[in-house]
Amino acid sequence: MSKSKSLSPVWWPLIGLAVLVAVNLALNPAFLNVTVLDGRLYGLPIDILNQGARGLVLALGMTLVIATGGVDLSVGSVMAAAGALAAVLLAEGHGLAVALTAGLGVGLLAGAANGLLVARFGIQPIVATLILMVVGRGAAQLMTNGEVVVIKNDAFAFVGNGTVFGFPFAPLLAIALFVAAQLFLRRTASGLFIEAVGDNETAARFAGLGAARVKGLVYVICGLCAGLAGLMAAANIRAADSYRMGENMELDAIFAVVVGGTALTGGRFLLLGSFIGALLLQTLTTTMYNLGVPPAVAPVPKAVLILVVCLLQSEHARRWAVSLVKGGKK
Amino acid sequence: MSPALRRQAPLLATAGILVILFATAAFLYEGFFSGRVVVNLFSDNAVLGIVAVGMTLVIFTGGIDLSVGAVVGFVSIFTAIMIQRGYPPALVAVAALAIGGGLGAGMGALIHAFRLPAFLITLAGMFLARGGAFWISTESVGIDHPVANALSGFELGLGPVGLPTTALTVIGVLALGYVAAHHTRFGRNLLAIGGNENSAVLMGLPVGSAKVWAYTINGALAALAGLVATIYTGSGNPSTGLGLELDAIAVVVIGGTLLAGGRGHMLGTLLGLLVFGTIQTALLFDGRLSSWWIRIVVGLLLLLFILLQRGLLRGAARGK
Repeated sequence: MSKSKSLSPVWWPLIGLAVLVAVNLALNPAFLNVTVLDGRLYGLPIDILNQGARGLVLALGMTLVIATGGVDLSVGSVMAAAGALAAVLLAEGHGLAVALTAGLGVGLLAGAANGLLVARFGIQPIVATLILMVVGRGAAQLMTNGEVVVIKNDAFAFVGNGTVFGFPFAPLLAIALFVAAQLFLRRTASGLFIEAVGDNETAARFAGLGAARVKGLVYVICGLCAGLAGLMAAANIRAADSYRMGENMELDAIFAVVVGGTALTGGRFLLLGSFIGALLLQTLTTTMYNLGVPPAVAPVPKAVLILVVCLLQSEHARRWAVSLVKGGKK
Repeated sequence: MSPALRRQAPLLATAGILVILFATAAFLYEGFFSGRVVVNLFSDNAVLGIVAVGMTLVIFTGGIDLSVGAVVGFVSIFTAIMIQRGYPPALVAVAALAIGGGLGAGMGALIHAFRLPAFLITLAGMFLARGGAFWISTESVGIDHPVANALSGFELGLGPVGLPTTALTVIGVLALGYVAAHHTRFGRNLLAIGGNENSAVLMGLPVGSAKVWAYTINGALAALAGLVATIYTGSGNPSTGLGLELDAIAVVVIGGTLLAGGRGHMLGTLLGLLVFGTIQTALLFDGRLSSWWIRIVVGLLLLLFILLQRGLLRGAARGK
């Protein structure tokens, strides 16, 4: 018990990821192989990074929201709306800059709306972001008329599946965002402000912190991340499907953050943990896929993982387990 | 406003909106103001209504259940497959209710005993049930059994219109839910827990058992909704009820129940269901507006009600 307490919380998802990779290696010794073909990297790890990039970006924004004790349920729908608007604009002949700006603009607006409801009107985050979760997908379907809009713009597609020196662009962007966020939040006091608001909002306010402004800002950042993830999703498949795009992604993002060691109650947050959590989730999905498990059944291991993580993090569950062990010894 | 009136203000507001919506639709569309349309409000939204009653009980305690839509999907495909294999429908129905109730009880026990977030545990329940549904079968399975056919063909004649099984079930569940929520000790306990769990414990209320029962009943009702969906469509489909949990939460909130728990009314859930159904039917009558408008209208209604509740709560706090 004392040993596990001294362990940095980042180790837990890392251990989980290592176990998963080991299982994969046992089943398929070529799991970690990466080959170069036409100046482009290929292999399962590259696949995982590429498909996981959107989840990484979402997890970044979600970490900050959860750190303030909130949650953002709207990110999946905002993804769909951002991707749909970009695809429709491109189809109408607008350029890359317009599409990217519009997609990010959708995210910014959505985040601002969520932030306003939570920080200004004091509405519970689950309820406040539920509104855009419902409206966002409706708006996406309205924009695309419920049809799949195909994207023919090659420059836009680069956001989703371009490469830089053979390495896929999308995960590079996600990693860059994480590094920038980590540097900004930890080299300045801003990270501390977020944790203070999540830990005890009243105390933070009495300490002279603009708690409402901090809260509003994290939703704006989360919205922007969702907008970017929507652009990446649309660019990745070169199409915007307003029904399926971003479906359940809010749950995956929350899950990645929780697996990464940030508690849903707010306070301390771990960006690195969320990063590993999102990768762990994507690796799990890819593993299931490679094992031939039908994609529809893949949620089952996720459910088991959530339960295990919840129980590990629960003080009550730990105490109960300890009392069981002690009772057994007597 | 007197305090008693203010307490019921969200309910009155929902009733007002329902009347305005229905009157506008009746004015705009010929044939909207008819018994058939009213009956269809219940029968077309029976699955949503049954799930919303259970959700109301869980939300009373300040909890939430994201798994209900997936449970509906699981029960739908489970029932169809079992009946296809020749098991008696009554036995299959009981098994389905036991599975739904069992899942609810398990989640409720975990949430209460280990103080785990309801949001995450029921999310796990949702993944489990949906994954399980697709594990049984990835394709929809038709049902052809005399009992199922009799149930789906049955109508209770009431003058010019007949009430089908689906409508009868949702009306029955709403009535039972109303009695349980507002005329029993159990219902009062749920609201007390949602208001302040620590106070409820200190008052000596059976907090643990009430919470676990709320999730158990909710799970069983989701299973019942799954049975109704199977009868209504005449087939089992593992993807039935996708996103249903969201609609159910929206119906409960539009009905004036506070998502934080401790305050609400089952009649509000009935009104919320009718508001939801009226918007949907009006869009159908219109034919020009695309069906995704329903999401946008429901979202705006949600916003309106949440801001209204917020204003009322602030007003109440200032009035003290």
